[in-house]
Order: sequence, then C-alpha cells, then structure tokens
Amino acid sequence: MVGRGAGVSLVADVDVRLDAFHEDVHLEVADGEVVGVLGPNGAGKTTLLRALAGMRPLTGGRIVLDGQVLDDPGRGVLVPPEQRSCGLVFQEHLLFPHLDALANVAFGPRRRGASKSEATTVARDWLDRLGVADLAHQRPGSLSGGQSQRVALARALAIGPRLLLLDEPMAALDVTQRTAVRQVLRDQVAASGTPCVLVTHDPLDATALADTLVLVEGGQVVQRGTSADVARRPVSHWVARMMGVNLLTGHVRAGRLDLGAALTVPVTGLSDGERWAVLAPRDVVVTPYGSTTPARAVGDAEEGTEWSTRVVSVQPTGDRVVLGLEYPAGLTADVAPRPPDGGRWSEGMAVQVRIDPSRVEPFAPPASGARVD
Amino acid sequence: MAAPPDRLRRPPLLLLASGVVAVGLLVLPMAALLARVSWSTLGSDLTSTVALDALRLSLVCSLWATGLSIALGLPLAWLLARVEFRGKSVVRAVTVLPLVLPPVVGGVALLLAFGRDGILGRPLFDWFGIQFTFSTAGVVLAETFVAMPFLIVTVEAALQVMDVRFEEVAASLGAGRWATFRRVTAPMISSSLIAGAALTWARALGEFGATITFAGDIQGRTQTLPLAVYLALEGNERVAVALSLLLLVISFAVLVALRGRWLGAVRA
Repeated sequence: MVGRGAGVSLVADVDVRLDAFHEDVHLEVADGEVVGVLGPNGAGKTTLLRALAGMRPLTGGRIVLDGQVLDDPGRGVLVPPEQRSCGLVFQEHLLFPHLDALANVAFGPRRRGASKSEATTVARDWLDRLGVADLAHQRPGSLSGGQSQRVALARALAIGPRLLLLDEPMAALDVTQRTAVRQVLRDQVAASGTPCVLVTHDPLDATALADTLVLVEGGQVVQRGTSADVARRPVSHWVARMMGVNLLTGHVRAGRLDLGAALTVPVTGLSDGERWAVLAPRDVVVTPYGSTTPARAVGDAEEGTEWSTRVVSVQPTGDRVVLGLEYPAGLTADVAPRPPDGGRWSEGMAVQVRIDPSRVEPFAPPASGARVD
Repeated sequence: MAAPPDRLRRPPLLLLASGVVAVGLLVLPMAALLARVSWSTLGSDLTSTVALDALRLSLVCSLWATGLSIALGLPLAWLLARVEFRGKSVVRAVTVLPLVLPPVVGGVALLLAFGRDGILGRPLFDWFGIQFTFSTAGVVLAETFVAMPFLIVTVEAALQVMDVRFEEVAASLGAGRWATFRRVTAPMISSSLIAGAALTWARALGEFGATITFAGDIQGRTQTLPLAVYLALEGNERVAVALSLLLLVISFAVLVALRGRWLGAVRA
C-alpha cells in the first residue's frame, strides 16, 4: 500500500450509508498507480466509484484529490461531478448514441471551454492514440464492443482527467477483444500517469491491470496488497475464490503439513501449528481414473499428494476447463479442454488427482483466524 | 378424435365475427362521412369566412397549446423522471387526470379557476384586466389543459427508459446540468419529444368540450374547427362535413407520421 506521502493523489475515506447497506472503504492511489477494487456484485464497488465521481455524496469520511477536498460532509464540502475532472469508463461504454466517435471524444474538451476546432483536434489525436482514428465518423451503433471501449477510453482521457474511474471496462468484451483492450488500457494509463481506480469482479482483469488490489465484500475492505501477495496469502476462502486460487487449511505436525483427512505434504523449517496453503488450480493435475497407472486409494500414497476423487462440476473457460473436485471440498483444477486419453470431462467422473508438493505454499493464517466463507 | 388440421389453424369463428363487427363499427362512420362529402363544393366550403376563421384560429391555438405544453410539460416530465420528492405519485396522478376526465368537466373547472369569478381569474381581471373567458387565450388555456398530459406522459416514459449514466458521463466530462440536458438528454429523447408534441397538437386541435364550456363560441375569437363543425351542423351540413373531412385528414396524417413510434411500439 502506498503511504500517505508525496505522490499520493487520491486519499479517500468513502463512507456511504444506503438504507441497510453501509460502505466504508479507505483508498489511496498514487500518480500513475492503478488500484483494482475487486469484489462480487453488490459488494459496493459501483457505489465507491459513484462517490468518487460525485454522483453519490458521502454520508461520512472525506475525498481528497491532489490536495483538493472534493467531498467532506463534516465540513459541508461537495464538489459537483462536472468540476471533478474524473474520467469515467463503464462496462457498457455509454457512448452518446446521437454523436459520432469524434464528437463523443470532443464532447469533454468542448464543455471545458475549448473551441470547436481545438476540441476536434484533441479528439482526433486521442482516437489516433487508441488506434481507432479511422472510426471518427462512425456512430456508436455501428462499432464493435472493443472499438466502442477504445472510443470510450479516448473520451475519458481527452479531458486530461485527474482521476480515471473504470467500472468493469472489459466485462462486455469477448476474449480476444478483452486482451487487446486490456493492453491498451495498461499502456494509456501508464502513459498518462493518471491515478486510476478499476472496479471489477474478474481477478484476471484486476491482476493484469492493477498494481494494488483492494478486496471488498459487503462494503468493507477484506484485504489489500499487490495481486501476487493477495494470491499467495489470501485472508479467507472468499478472497482465495475471488483470486481464483485454492485455499487449503490445516496444521503442521512434525515436519508434515496435514491439509485434511489424507492430504499431507512434507515441509521443512516450520514449527508446529495452524497453517494454510495456497494451491493454484493449474498445479492440480487431474487424470481420468484408470487411464494411468493403477489408482491408489487415498492414504496409500507415499506422500499424501496423490488421491482419487470425483469431478463435481465442469466449467469451460475459453481455452481451458475448470473442474470442481469432490475432495477436498471446493478444490478446483484448471485443466486442458480434454483429458489425456482424449475423452471428455464429465460430472461424476472418477479421477486421479496429483499435486506437486513444491507448489504448495504454506503460511501462517491471519491472526483473526479462519473464515469459513 | 383428431381434429382436422385446418380447423386448428383457423381462428375461432365467434372471435372472427366479433372482430369484423368491431372494425365495421369504427370504419362505417368514416365511410359515411366520406360518402356525404360534396366534392364539387369542397373548395368553396373550406374557404368560407366561417371555415377560414375557424381554421386559422385552430392552427394558432393548437400550436400555442403545443408550445406551452412543451415549455411547461418538459420540465415537469424531467422532475417526475429524475427527482425524488414527496407526493410524487399524487402529482403524477393529477398530471394524467385530464386524459380520462370528461373535457366538459375540465371546462367547468377552468371556469372556476380562471373565469371572471374564478380563484385566479378574478384577481387577474381586477388587477391586470386579463380575461380568459370568451378570449383566444382561454382557448389556448383549455387546449393546453387537455393536451399537455400527452406530452408529459410520453416524455417522462422516455426519460425513465434512458440510462441516467449517460447524463453522469456527460457531467464527468464537464457538462453542467443545462449542457447535459441540451447536449445529451434532449437529443437522446428527441424522437419521443416529437411524438409527444404531435399527439399533443392533435389532441389540442380536436379539443371541443373544455373549449366551448370555458372559452365560449365566438367566431374568429374562440370558435375553433370542432366548434365550427358542431355549429355548422345545425344550419349548413355541407360545411360541417367539409370541415370534418379536414380534421379527419389531419388526424390521419398525424397517425401516419407517428406510425413508426406509436403503433410500432405496440407491435413490438
């Protein structure tokens, strides 16, 4: 986390009460830093963005951007959205349908006092930088999702924003567009040096774009850190699921990490006590039962790193398949679309599971203890 | 026993029959009107002084009423769609009431409010000499009262459907409220605004009950086309039929112009 020192542009204590919902999130974003706010739908991510943009006044706390107080209900300060210079990009891009791409991008500069020709020049330049100059005179209705999102980003950047707010900017795009737009976003944010808050429920987007992650659940921050740190040391099963990794809980006893009934891993240099371990789904090797060497029952293995169980769910994700496994409950494996024997993955299928003990990273659980969910 | 496939495809005879009766009920009067038109004298009937006075007055008053409805109804529609306030449902009910209220009741109500002895009419007359009854302004007022709901309802629906985040994006880009409305909201609801204005105009043009009750029936001052038709029916049926034909053609033209938006929406 960035300290409260020089270079920190945005310092926000967002406290919003909406009926029964209470959001209380602290955010600090430095120049050129991308903070990814990760959480499920209803976690309060959008409320956070709306508060930062000035659409949702705070009920408590304070938002300071570049030393200027934007919102402080305690002192009766509230700067309206049009005076905040926050660039907004939404999942649905929300390009003005009655204006062509060029006029959409010129809209901001024009409202900020630029002459028509100045605004058009700025807009052309931004469309060019985002590789969509040839679409200048297309209406939004005739643009693809990826093209629209580039124009929307150009529109947000054309005002030279002091803060960039991205609300699920990649969620509506298909896989190929997503990769391309992610790249464009990363380049442009880095080039502009604008502090950026990215809100998403997709750990891939968050990891690819954000320097720092803030995990939010039910309006509260659950964990923050770099994506690598969060993925290696999730504070709860919920965080592990959000990050797309398996979290196993267990104990170290006499040099062995016991992660459940029969899943044990040798460890060295760790004292006895409660330990958790993270296991990436890609490191869980699954083969159909019987397609390899004769299966050994759980516990028979020399080290408890190989066992048999069943597939409880099969979820294709682009070029991979995520399998949910019956044991240990909730364990997921990221596997090739087809098993090695050329068959098909199916629910209820008996499988052999193997993990490489060196891939299991034990760590001491957070002091607050385990949260089941 | 299996029914023959033809019988399954054919609509029930009873429904078919009642459908034909319904269409006949709607079409027959129009056909009767067209049949009675005296085509040879149509030109002179429509250019008689009474007809021309009524036509001119109708156009002037209905356009004023449409303009007033936009000027007053558009802000109200925006308030109803975008602002939360106490008693909103009551305001909304009051706004649409003229749609279902018998126009003659509207006329009586207007008389009690803006007549010479009305709540507002008396001070207006006493202090400023403004009189709505028996005046063209009264016709405009009556038509606005009856027709404005069409504009409010149409525009409010369009504003409700529009994603407010378009307006939020505009604000984030530096547009104040007025610029946001003018540059984003208004263009985005323009087709509904046009449709609402056309319906309002058509309703104002056809206004009869409230007008005759409130503004009276003075040729050249308050006698609009529908009033002229009604009066001509007593003495000069040919003129009444000619003017009716004119109103029928105008109504039909509005319908054709709106078919994409209004009837299309029903079909979708």
